[in-house]
Amino acid sequence: MLNSERPPLTGKRVQLMATCLCDAFHDDVAVATVQVLEHLGCAVDFPEAQTCCGQPAFNGGDWPASRKVLRHTVRTFAGSDPVIVPSGSCAAMLFHGAELEFEHEADLPAVAALGRRTWELADYIVNGLKVSAWPGRYPARVAFHRSCHTRGTLSGESVRTLLKSVAGLELVEFGEGEQCCGFGGTFSVAFPHISSAMGDLKLDFIRASKPDVLASADMSCLMHLGGLAAREGAPIKTVHFVQILRDALVNGGLLAA
Amino acid sequence: MATQPIDRFATRLAPETQAAVYNGTKIGHEKRTKMLFDHYADPNQLRRLAGEIKQHVVENLDTYLPAVEARLQANGVKVHWAATAESACNAVLEIMQARGATKMVKAKTMVSEEIELGEFLEARGIEALETDLGEFIVQIDHDHPSHIVKPIIHKNRRQIATSFEQHGLGAYNEEPTVITARARQWMRPKYLGADVALTGANFVSVESGRLVLVTNEGNSRFCLAATKCHIALVGIEKLLPRDRDLALLLNLLGRSGTAQQLTVYTEFITGPKAAGQPDGPEEMHVIFVDNGRTDVLASSCRDILRCIRCGACLNVCPVYRQASGHAYRSVYPGPVGAVLSPLLMGERFPEKADLAKASSLCGACNEVCPVNIPIPDLLLRLRDKAKTEHVHSPGTPPMGAWAILATQPAAWKAALFGGKLIDYLPTKLLPIPPLRAWENTRTIPSWRGGEFRKWLKRRRRKQT
Repeated sequence: MLNSERPPLTGKRVQLMATCLCDAFHDDVAVATVQVLEHLGCAVDFPEAQTCCGQPAFNGGDWPASRKVLRHTVRTFAGSDPVIVPSGSCAAMLFHGAELEFEHEADLPAVAALGRRTWELADYIVNGLKVSAWPGRYPARVAFHRSCHTRGTLSGESVRTLLKSVAGLELVEFGEGEQCCGFGGTFSVAFPHISSAMGDLKLDFIRASKPDVLASADMSCLMHLGGLAAREGAPIKTVHFVQILRDALVNGGLLAA
Repeated sequence: MATQPIDRFATRLAPETQAAVYNGTKIGHEKRTKMLFDHYADPNQLRRLAGEIKQHVVENLDTYLPAVEARLQANGVKVHWAATAESACNAVLEIMQARGATKMVKAKTMVSEEIELGEFLEARGIEALETDLGEFIVQIDHDHPSHIVKPIIHKNRRQIATSFEQHGLGAYNEEPTVITARARQWMRPKYLGADVALTGANFVSVESGRLVLVTNEGNSRFCLAATKCHIALVGIEKLLPRDRDLALLLNLLGRSGTAQQLTVYTEFITGPKAAGQPDGPEEMHVIFVDNGRTDVLASSCRDILRCIRCGACLNVCPVYRQASGHAYRSVYPGPVGAVLSPLLMGERFPEKADLAKASSLCGACNEVCPVNIPIPDLLLRLRDKAKTEHVHSPGTPPMGAWAILATQPAAWKAALFGGKLIDYLPTKLLPIPPLRAWENTRTIPSWRGGEFRKWLKRRRRKQT
């Protein structure tokens, strides 16, 4: 899964793929992504025609539909600038899933080329921009759920590195950290019982560590876990790690609120 | 709403069974991980190497199979080829009939489950006793194994004590040592009275023709010590090029399967009893079983043939932990079974196509696999295959309308900005099945479609 053949970074112009979930539900994550990237000196371009990475149909087994959407994505993110995604899942779709479903397609090279310049956000900050210490303050106990689509990539460790460096932030560990939260895209609606049972188990472990907030590199996991907790009447505060980075800047007076 | 069969099975699963499966798999996985990482600086490098060796075997079966046949024959072994389950069963029967044999003792072999040998022999008046304790309990309960390595992971000791009592193996006693002693006592005369021993093989070395058997109870040794004829049922993918490859594969198998450096017994069998050897079977047969494997080889999922049946992917799988092995309606459950079982169905693939959907694609299975099989990728390929072959799949939302929307930016934006409507609808009454399935246990966050794009626009206006 590791995206190892990335071309070397030359400038700080990047294209932002906001993801459909942030476009529809979690706008503040996309806003925070822009603010954090700009704080790091990046020039952020948002290609207006972007929609979705194609993963729902890919996982659902409708590869022809997924390929249509992915071809649109390839056209939308033309050029050679790195594509930054605040989601381990959508990023993995571009550098791993896409190659799988285009294996026998004539336009595989174009799809693979987009994959090679795609970065999950934390991976880009730590391994692309070589930033491993984050300024500002965020006084809270944070539980970090390593989303499954960052397995085999540098993203999980990158998020940990950044969060651990924030003043006031305490990263708390919880049991069965390697296990899935139960979201899984269409899995969450086709297997509602198992999906919810997996989520409840995850929530039990997380709550036992008594965090102030639950963070992840993927809003999909957080939407599932947060939704379960709220439905059970015991809501848990969920944030994308980039919101923590942005809030740390604001708390430290490094960014206007 | 129609949900997937495995989800329905999990809904009905007895809490006691689910607890037994969860605890057994969790302990198995945690011990496995500790054992590998305590002993090796980088177990992942070993998994990748083992994967390459097994993939090499899978890619070269056309030369390795004739080579191992010649080697086995030179060792005095009779080699049989069984294209189907039926022909494999018949091969066993013919060997027994030629010797006038009526009693068999069996060591644990998943291939015998796959070809339903027990039922086949029983119907023909042949007693075939399972000597692995777990398989023995499955046999007396008329149950099915629910795990590749731990066939009775779904049972607790109270259930086992009850079935021992019901089958005349002594008054109720749930002490594991008592249960084991009673089984041993009951089996001992059965070994001595048996005509043939049936085993599987964990590996067969092409170089030497050695069969390698691993067990923890020593039952396969008893089987081979007491009988004059040894029949081994072997899937055609079980080959290893050289004896030295066993060093890697045996170390990974023990650690991955049962968190042992090596299983308690590791037998290397090079042929029937030679002149001058004091004991051992005088006659040895190897039946190579295809039963759909060459179809798997021809498919886009041939990597699954690397599998060495350690069960690590079952232990780590969150879906297996919730649903149990029986949910998969197959001899091979869990992640490996979700790939292998539908493929082994051949033309009846649609009957088990749903298994490939029973995964959140979390990738934990790939991360623990001792031969590094990319199971999530194979599950995805099977989903594509099912869709291409028009297999009905309950619970999965249709993707056509979404694809149209997601390829037309103007329509996408309109839907984003217009989607606010969702906040004003009583979603519990919505007739959209996926939304209902979500809403039953989870809230939906408020719709914020287009807000980010508005923010960007406002900022751009301010900047210019």
